[in-house]
Amino acid sequence: MMDDDENRHPMNDEAINDDAMNDDALNDDAEHYHLRLYVAGQTSKSLAALSNLKRVCEEHLAGRYEIEVIDLIQNPRLAAGDQILAIPTLVRKLPTPLKRIIGDLSNTDKVLVGLDVRQKGLG
Amino acid sequence: MLSSLSDAAESTAGLAKTPTGISGFDDITLGGVPTGRPTLVCGAAGCGKTLFATTFLVRGATQFDEPGVFMSFEERAEDLAANVASLGYDLEGLVAKGRLAIDHVRFDPSEIEENGEYDLEGLFLRLGFAVDSVGAKRVVLDTIETLFSGFTDEALLRAELRRLFGWIKDRGLTAIITGERGDGQLTRQGLEEYVSDCVILLDNRVVDQITTRRLRVVKYRGSAHGTNEYPFLIDTGGISVLPVTSSGLHRPASHEVVSTGIDGLDAMLGRSGFYRGSSILLSGVAGTGKTTFAGHFANAACARGERCLFFAFEESADEICRNAKSVGLDLQHWVDARLLRFEASRPSLFGLEMHLARMNRDLEAFAPDVVVIDPISAFRGPDVEVHATLLRMIDLLKSRGTLGLFTSLRNDGGLAEYADMGLSSLMDAWIKLDNDEANGEINRTLYVIKARGMSHSNQVREYNITGHGITLIEPYIGPEGVLTGTARFTQIAREQASLLRRHQEAEQRRREVTRRRSVLERQINDLRAALKDEEHEESILLAELESREVELLKDREVLAAMRGAAE
Repeated sequence: MMDDDENRHPMNDEAINDDAMNDDALNDDAEHYHLRLYVAGQTSKSLAALSNLKRVCEEHLAGRYEIEVIDLIQNPRLAAGDQILAIPTLVRKLPTPLKRIIGDLSNTDKVLVGLDVRQKGLG
Repeated sequence: MLSSLSDAAESTAGLAKTPTGISGFDDITLGGVPTGRPTLVCGAAGCGKTLFATTFLVRGATQFDEPGVFMSFEERAEDLAANVASLGYDLEGLVAKGRLAIDHVRFDPSEIEENGEYDLEGLFLRLGFAVDSVGAKRVVLDTIETLFSGFTDEALLRAELRRLFGWIKDRGLTAIITGERGDGQLTRQGLEEYVSDCVILLDNRVVDQITTRRLRVVKYRGSAHGTNEYPFLIDTGGISVLPVTSSGLHRPASHEVVSTGIDGLDAMLGRSGFYRGSSILLSGVAGTGKTTFAGHFANAACARGERCLFFAFEESADEICRNAKSVGLDLQHWVDARLLRFEASRPSLFGLEMHLARMNRDLEAFAPDVVVIDPISAFRGPDVEVHATLLRMIDLLKSRGTLGLFTSLRNDGGLAEYADMGLSSLMDAWIKLDNDEANGEINRTLYVIKARGMSHSNQVREYNITGHGITLIEPYIGPEGVLTGTARFTQIAREQASLLRRHQEAEQRRREVTRRRSVLERQINDLRAALKDEEHEESILLAELESREVELLKDREVLAAMRGAAE
């Protein structure tokens, strides 16, 4: 009942359709970043992660990113779908492959490496 | 052991316990695991930790109206369901009914990058959500130590685990945490440090290529518990722990006597049978018909309408039935009538503990009045262990008031103690079967070495195994001692011949006497006849004499008259 497949549907209602996004991304813009940040309430770590993420994206991915913030305290059922254990967790839904970074994202360089941004940005 | 445990049960009534539904386990822990607290179940790989935990949840949902959450860190939900389906657990059905929630926590360390501070609030939220979704009272975390491979910040993990177990307690959830056994400690990451209320150790030991599963309650804060290692079983009936312990000597004695099924043997015993609840050792060398005796025994029990459980370690059920039929015992129809049940297995199939454990389970399930174990000599192993096992086997039967017949193969005709596993002193009765070899033939004999609580014959009796079963032959005790077999036959024939001869001689003498008596009587008769004749003649002579006297007198009167006339 908590399994991935079943939980994808309620999640889709609130967020975005993964499959559709996948198709769009592959067809249109492989460099479009769809990021999802899981937080649990307004904790300092969560707030820090969000502001760090926003800063990095604005600096390196301006115009081609999308951040979706999911507060698990409000939607705990969504935690199982993306296999969230640690808070905060940043999930790079697109471009594929899926990547996860846990923590408050205080190390900008590691965020860029983790999201494969720097290489793409330089290249 | 258990009786002392149940005494202690009252004193620990204050601690709330949650039954696991695992038969036996709730007995040794006097009620189950501590309610509203986490319990650590640890052991090496393949010990049955996951099964233990799953049973706890399934039984909780089905028997105790306590829904549960299974948080799996290793197996996927569908794998978990498939694994326990063979035990009759329908996880998917329970999930569909909202009695169980399964959350598979999957993470790939290579996929996760750590960057800055984090905590495991996500895990808490997931667990909390799952608990709320079914109203769970029970939680299983299997195996939470896996987290240590996924996160590098060990200090943080430990802090979070401590927080998690605290959270479980705060929520009043009865939890089972499984942990893999580590070197020198119970779990790899020292989970026992956090879960300190109740720790259960599962073990899977291989000795002489035979595996025995054992369970031990390492600690149980605030409660008495069985401290021994208890064997447990995993089979189609699920998991069951078998608290087979020495039950002590506090048992009532039955005065009821039951027949052995062999008339002659009953007659040798002072009370025409054995006391119910006693243990009987039937030892004999090969080919003395131990199993046939046991068959009689079982047959008699079933004929009384009692239930008999026959543990066969050398023959299959079919073989025993077929062989019994050849001596006129129809055991198969008792099997069909569900009064007789065979449990046949090779002794080497399981360890001694496991045999004992299975036996306990079968006794529980079948509730027999009579148990046959054929033979105990099939158990091989270190003498001490075999002896301890058999002792507990006897105690197990005695504590249930079940009559037990143990057959044992002796290797020689002697009274060697080792051949009877030193068990004779534990047995209430001991019948010994022997092959007597003499005069170029072998004759079967039996004698009752002991029968506690009753007088018994001290004779060595010969018996035959015929198409009508075992029959004891009237003993022959003559001037030349006890004879058996053809020696007995020839002696009896010889005696019969001499008896006949004595009869004939007496008859001859009697006829002689009769003959002589008749001769004498004839002589007597002749003499009597002669005497009669003489008497007769004499009377005639006398009569003549008298008449002549009368004539003479007449003549004289006539003459006198004539003379007078002349005078």
